Amino acid sequence: MVFASNKIFRSTVSLALVAVMGVTLLAAVNKLTEARIAEQEKKAILAQLGQLVAPDLYDNELQLDLFSFQNERYFPRGQTVVAYRARRDGMAVAVVLKMAAVNGYNGKINLLVGIKENGTLCGVRVISHKETPGLGDDIEVKRNDWILGFAGRFLGNPKPERWAVRRDGGEFDQFTGATITPRAVVEAVRLTLEFFEEQKLFLFESPSDSQSEDNS
Amino acid sequence: MQTDYRQIFADGLWHQNTGLVVLLGLCPLLAITNTATNGLGLGLATILTLVFSNLTVSLARGLLRPEIRIPAYVLIIASVVTVVQLLMQAWLYDLYRVLGIFIPLIVTNCAIIGRAEAFASRNTPLPSIADGFATGLGFCLALVTLGALREIIGQGTLFSQAGLMFGEPGALLELTIIPDHPGFLLALLPPGAFISLGVLIAGRNWLNSRNVVRQELARSGLAE
Repeated sequence: MVFASNKIFRSTVSLALVAVMGVTLLAAVNKLTEARIAEQEKKAILAQLGQLVAPDLYDNELQLDLFSFQNERYFPRGQTVVAYRARRDGMAVAVVLKMAAVNGYNGKINLLVGIKENGTLCGVRVISHKETPGLGDDIEVKRNDWILGFAGRFLGNPKPERWAVRRDGGEFDQFTGATITPRAVVEAVRLTLEFFEEQKLFLFESPSDSQSEDNS
Repeated sequence: MQTDYRQIFADGLWHQNTGLVVLLGLCPLLAITNTATNGLGLGLATILTLVFSNLTVSLARGLLRPEIRIPAYVLIIASVVTVVQLLMQAWLYDLYRVLGIFIPLIVTNCAIIGRAEAFASRNTPLPSIADGFATGLGFCLALVTLGALREIIGQGTLFSQAGLMFGEPGALLELTIIPDHPGFLLALLPPGAFISLGVLIAGRNWLNSRNVVRQELARSGLAE
């Protein structure tokens, strides 16, 4: 074959072979690890949810009974909120909202806000953030107990005008050298509680996103 | 040609250390080393990548015509890094979450394509594996040393969060070197990373020049 001596042809074939090898390797490893990865992600979400709603309070599969929605008024900047519903014998027990505080010092702060059926907070946890290390990152439960102070609170404890950091006339401590971060989290939790008060039925009665495992 | 494994390891760990001499892969080196554990985690991922990549390039060296070798390296390295990422996501999930974007960023570590071109494309698989391992180990040592330095100065601990990332046995590593440390933020932020790296490089160079002087003295002593 005349082509066999053509340099460009041979280079093309060799590069194509390398590409095929690479793709095959990737496909194989992907297949091999698929199941295990899905399991790990499920475990991670459950672990986070479990920090907020004690497993013995509900009997449904939290990570399956979820639905997503948007609400610009309470959850601005076009964010998609995910609501995980905890039920016992079909009755609503609690809901955990995966949402974001938008006024962080360095962008959005992703939060899990757990609210019991009666409007009391189970607790709040930070999923991810880009706040300043050593200053704003005291919102993390690993670094500081501050975030634990939300548990048990509701829209009355404290009164609406006291749902702010101390500097703003409210009841929540801010951090030395970092006011914006805790302010953003307090604001987000307050907004979430207000949304819950207004839309409790919507949160518990909306049908789950069918078959979808939340992977975001 | 008999492979000089001693030379391979001496180069990878000291004389041509990626992080402290050749100065490649500085982005992950500076960004991930705020704790020793993070440095160790990324170091292990890089060793894995270098070994697989060198092995693959060496096995495929017959196929790699000069004209297309660089795109081929890129293809191979990108595939290897993705494989490493998938493996970590499956079996070292917490470490994967902490390292985040720095796992796929291993692709940009010039040391990997450097070793592929300088060594793996011209040598048989076994020495290539050794070279990959030695280079990776040298980089890992630089990562862990820098991470430890910044962590001790910055927050007074060593290998904090090791239990979270490596499971039960990791927790044994966690130490508090300076109790009630007030926190020295500079060490944990980027400027501190540059400064600390500079100190480490200076230290290595000083140690190296002492060795060279000693060797020269010994040699001239013998010659006389």
